[in-house]
Amino acid sequence: MSDLKALADAVINADIDTAVAETRKAIDAKVDVQEILDKGLIIPMDEVGLRFSKGIMFVPQMLRSAKTMQNCMELLMPFFSKGDISFKGKIIIGTVKGDLHDIGKNLVSMMLEGAGFTIEDLGVDVAPETFVTKIKETKADIVAMSALLSTTMPSMRNTIEALKQAGIRDSVKVIIGGAPVTENFAMEIGADAYAPDAGYGVVKAKEILNLS
Amino acid sequence: MIIVGEKINTSRKRIAEAVEKRDADAITEVARQQAEAGANYIDVNAGTFLEQETDCLCWLVETVQQSVDLPLCLDSPNPKALAEAIKCHRGEPMINSISLEPYRYQALLPVVTSRPCSVIALCMAETAMPTSIKDRVQAGTQIVARLTKAGISLGKIYVDPLIQPVSVDTRMGKEALGAISEIMNKFPGINTICGLSNVSFGLPCRHLLNRAFLTLGIGHGLSAAILDPTDNRLMATLRAAEVLLDRDEFCGRFIEAYQKGLLAD
Repeated sequence: MSDLKALADAVINADIDTAVAETRKAIDAKVDVQEILDKGLIIPMDEVGLRFSKGIMFVPQMLRSAKTMQNCMELLMPFFSKGDISFKGKIIIGTVKGDLHDIGKNLVSMMLEGAGFTIEDLGVDVAPETFVTKIKETKADIVAMSALLSTTMPSMRNTIEALKQAGIRDSVKVIIGGAPVTENFAMEIGADAYAPDAGYGVVKAKEILNLS
Repeated sequence: MIIVGEKINTSRKRIAEAVEKRDADAITEVARQQAEAGANYIDVNAGTFLEQETDCLCWLVETVQQSVDLPLCLDSPNPKALAEAIKCHRGEPMINSISLEPYRYQALLPVVTSRPCSVIALCMAETAMPTSIKDRVQAGTQIVARLTKAGISLGKIYVDPLIQPVSVDTRMGKEALGAISEIMNKFPGINTICGLSNVSFGLPCRHLLNRAFLTLGIGHGLSAAILDPTDNRLMATLRAAEVLLDRDEFCGRFIEAYQKGLLAD
C-alpha cells in the first residue's frame, strides 16, 4: 500500500511540492483514487479545520493547506470518470442580501470544499429568491448563509421564510454564521445549525447530514 | 491624533449585560476610564440588540453624556438607530458610518445633514468591498465629493479605508496604508480613521500586529483611530509615534502621559 500518511502530513504542513510528489507516487502505484482523495486529502483537511478551530493553526496555514489540496486534486481529476467521485453533498453558500462582506464566507466555502462537499458560491448580496432558485435548480443538501452586519441578519430570517414559501424548507438544511450571528439567533429563526468559524462550518455540515 | 474609545459596544458581554439591565453605573465607569485615558470621542454601539437597538443606543447616549463631557461616536449600520440617537446627543457627534451602498447612503444623508456632526465615510463601493489602493481611493473620492456637495466640510469627514485581514491576503495592510496616504494628500484638511483589530484577524499575537499597524498608519498620515484607550501599551505606541513624526508639540502629550504613569514600555 502506498503511504498516504506522507501525503496527509504534507497537506497538514502545507508542503505543496511533497504533497504533489506523493500524489503522483500514489497514482503510479495504482492506489484507488477515491482512497487517495479521502485518506490523503480530505481527512488531513478535516484535521486542519479542527486545529484552526482550536487556535493551534491560523488562517494563512489553512489557506496554504487548501491550496496544497487543490494542486493535488488537479492531478487526481483526470482519473475520475464523470460522476465517479463520491462527494459528501452539495452546498449553496452566499452572503445575504444587503451585505457585501465576503472574507469569512470564502474561508468557510474553501474549508467545505476541502472536506469533500460540492460548493456553489453565489457571492455577496444574495437575495432570498436567488437562494431559492439555486436550491431548486441544484437540489442542494445545505444552504449556508453569512452576515457581517446586525442590519443584514434579518435577511437570514427572510431567506428561511422564502424557503418555506417555496415549499422547500424541509428538503434543505440551513447553516448560518458571521461575526454578529449567535447560536440563539440561529435557533430563533429556525436554522438547522450555527457555525462560529470555518472549522466548525465543516463539523456542523457533516453533523446535520449525519455524516461521520 | 483623534482617539475614539471603542469599549462601549454590546458585542462585549459585560456591556451587553449592563445595557440589558440599564445599569448606568457600569456604563459610566467604562466611559470615564476611556475619557481619563485620553479618548476624544466615546463610541457607543448597541448593534447586537437588533430590534431594540434604537432604544438601547439612545439610552447609551444619554447615560454616557451624563458622566463625561465628550462627544460620542454613534456607531451603527442601521440608519434608523442613528437618526434617533443623533437627536438624543448634546453637541456634535461623530456618525459611524455612511457608505456608497445605495440604501445606506440615501437613508443616512438626511441624518448627517440634519445637524452639525462629523461623519465616518467608508471606502466601500456600491457593490463590492475594496481590495486595492485604487478601489479605496476611488470609493473615497466619490463619497467625499458627495458629502462636501451636501455641505459637510472636509474637516468633518473621516474616511475609513476599510481594513482587511492580512491573514487572508498579505497585501491588505499595504493597500490600506497606501490609501490613507493618497487620501490625506488628495484632500488636505480631511481626516482618515480606522479600527485596528481587523488587520490581525486569523493570526496569533494580535495585539502586537495591531500596535505595529497603528504605528504604520500614523506614519502614513492616519489622523484618527478607533481603539481601546485604556490599553496602555497601545497608547504608549501611539504617543511615541506622534512624537517621532512631529505631531506632538514640545513632546507635550508624550511627557504628560509619562507623568501620569500611562506609558508602558
